[in-house]
Amino acid sequence: MSMGADFVQFSLTPILIGILAAIACALPGNFLILRRQALIGDAISHVVLPGIVVAFLVTGTIAAIPMLLGAGAAALVAVALIEAIKRLGGIEPGAAMGVVFTALFAGGVLLLEQSDTSRVHLDVEHALMGNLETLIWFQAEGWGSLADPAALADLPPELLRIAVVALAIAVLTVVFWRPLKLSTFDEGFARAIGLPVSVIGLGLVIAAAVAAVAAFDAVGSIIVIAMFICPPATARLMTNSLAAQVWGSVGFATLSAILGYVLAGYGPLWLGFDSAVSAAGMIAAVSGLILGLACLFGPHRGRVGVAAGG
Amino acid sequence: MAETLTLATRDGTSAGTGPDPASPLAVRGLTVSYGEKPALFSVDATFPVGAMAAIVGPNGAGKSTLLKASLGLIPSVSGLVTVFGQPIAAARDRIAYVPQRASVDWDFPTTVTDVVLMGRYRKLGLFRRVTRAECALATDALGRVGMEGFASRQIGQLSGGQQQRVFLARALAQEADLYLLDEPFAGVDAATERAIIEVLKALKAEGKSVIAVHHDLSTVAEYFDHVFLVNVRAMAEGPVATTFTPEALAQTYGGRLAATHLDQLALVRG
Repeated sequence: MSMGADFVQFSLTPILIGILAAIACALPGNFLILRRQALIGDAISHVVLPGIVVAFLVTGTIAAIPMLLGAGAAALVAVALIEAIKRLGGIEPGAAMGVVFTALFAGGVLLLEQSDTSRVHLDVEHALMGNLETLIWFQAEGWGSLADPAALADLPPELLRIAVVALAIAVLTVVFWRPLKLSTFDEGFARAIGLPVSVIGLGLVIAAAVAAVAAFDAVGSIIVIAMFICPPATARLMTNSLAAQVWGSVGFATLSAILGYVLAGYGPLWLGFDSAVSAAGMIAAVSGLILGLACLFGPHRGRVGVAAGG
Repeated sequence: MAETLTLATRDGTSAGTGPDPASPLAVRGLTVSYGEKPALFSVDATFPVGAMAAIVGPNGAGKSTLLKASLGLIPSVSGLVTVFGQPIAAARDRIAYVPQRASVDWDFPTTVTDVVLMGRYRKLGLFRRVTRAECALATDALGRVGMEGFASRQIGQLSGGQQQRVFLARALAQEADLYLLDEPFAGVDAATERAIIEVLKALKAEGKSVIAVHHDLSTVAEYFDHVFLVNVRAMAEGPVATTFTPEALAQTYGGRLAATHLDQLALVRG
C-alpha cells in the first residue's frame, strides 16, 4: 500500500470531517461574536451534552433527529433555568448563564457515566474530545476509491451528516446575508424596515445548535467551543469587511483542522514521544494559537468583544 | 386594566376619536410599560403633515419610547398607531428612521457606503443586486449631509458627528415621506448640528414630515414649528408659537426646570 492509499484510508475522512465541523461552527460564530453573544456558542456546546444523553436514554439510539431534539429540549430547559435564577436569585445574567451551563454539562457527564452506553460512541471521553481518529474509511484503497460506488458506500456516516449541515448553514448564510448583517449591526433600524429581527436571532441560535450537535458527535465539545469563537475572532482581527471576515473564518477553520490533525498525529513523534494526541484537542489548541497570533500581529486588533470560553 | 385597554383600542373602531388619516403619525391611547411602571400612559398625539415636529420632555419622560413604540420596535400594552392613516405594517415604505447613534456598535466591520445602502434593503430584499442607480442614490445622500468624501471609510474611524450624518444619509436613502429621528443632535459638533438642520429644513421644503426627539430646549423655537410635550402622559401639543410656553414647560418638567433657566429660553409668551 502506498502513502496515498494510507492517507485516503486513515486520514482523509477525519480531516474532511474536522474541516466541515469547524466551518459549520465558524459560520454562525461570525454573527454571534459581532452580536456579543459568543457566550451563547459556548453555552450551546455545554447544553448539548445532557440533551444528547437524555435523548439516547429515551430512544436507545444516537440517530441525528433524536439527538437534535434532545439538545433543543435541553436548550429550552437551560433558558428557563437562567430566567428563574435571574428572577428568583437576583443574579446578573452572565453569572446565571455560567452557572446553568456548567451545571447542565456536569449533570450530563454524571448521567453519561451512570448509563450503559457501551454499544455506541457515547462516553465522557468522546463527549469532550470526539472520536475523530476512528472515523476512517476502511474500504478505501487509494484515491481511485473516490470513484468506486462500493467504497463510497462505506464512508463514515458522520461525514455525510456534517457535510449536509455545513452546506445547509453556508446556503442559509448566503441567502439571509442582508437580514443577518443589518439585524446584527442595527437591530432598531432592522425592525423599523420590517425585518423579523427576533426570528432572525432565533434562526441564528438554532443554526449554531444544529452545527454543535452535528459536530459534537464526531469531534466533541472542545472543538465546538473553539470553532464558534476562534476562527471568526481571528478573521475579525485581520479585516474590516464582514464578507472578508466570514470568508476568513472559513479559511482559519480549515487551517486549524488540517494543522491540528497533522500535529496531533505526527507532532509527538517529531518530539520523540511514542503516541499521537487527541486530534480534536489539537485542532482547538491550534485555533487558539492562531487567534493569539492575530491578537499580537493582526492589522485590526483590539476590536472584538469576545467573551472568554469556559 | 391593561387587558380592558387592549380590547378597547386594538381594533380601532371602538377608540374614542379616530386617528386623522392625513396625519403622518397619529397615536391613540398608547401605553408602554417597562415592568410595573408605565413609561407612557394613554398618550394621544397627532402630528401634522409637512411639519418639523419636536418631541420634548424631561429625561425618562418616554420621548424615545414614544418613537420606538410607534414604530413597533418595542411592544406596547395598548394603543393604536397610524401612519398616513394606515397601520404601521402597511406604511413601512413611507417611513425613514434615524436611531440613536449610541444604539449601535461602530466597530462593526463595514464601510460608510455600505451603511447608507442599508437604507435600500427593504426595496432590495434578499437577492436584488445593488444597481448603479442605488449606488448613485447613496452617493447623493452622502453629498446632502456633506460626507461625500467618506464613502469608502471604515465606520469605526468616524467622529460622533460624522456617524450621525451617516445615519441621516441612510434615512435619506430610504426615500420616505415621514422622517423619525431619535435625538439627532445628541453629542454632535456645531457644524454637524447646522448640517443636519439644513437637511431637515430641505426635507420640509419638499413637503416631507419630520418628527425628532429633542432634548435641547434652547433650540426648539429656532428649529421646529410643531411641538409635542410629554412626561409619561401627553402634556401639550401644537404649533411652537402657541404651545411652547413657560406654563406648559413648567407643567411638563415639574420642579426639574429652574425658573432662571426658563428665562433664558427663546420662549413665546403665551
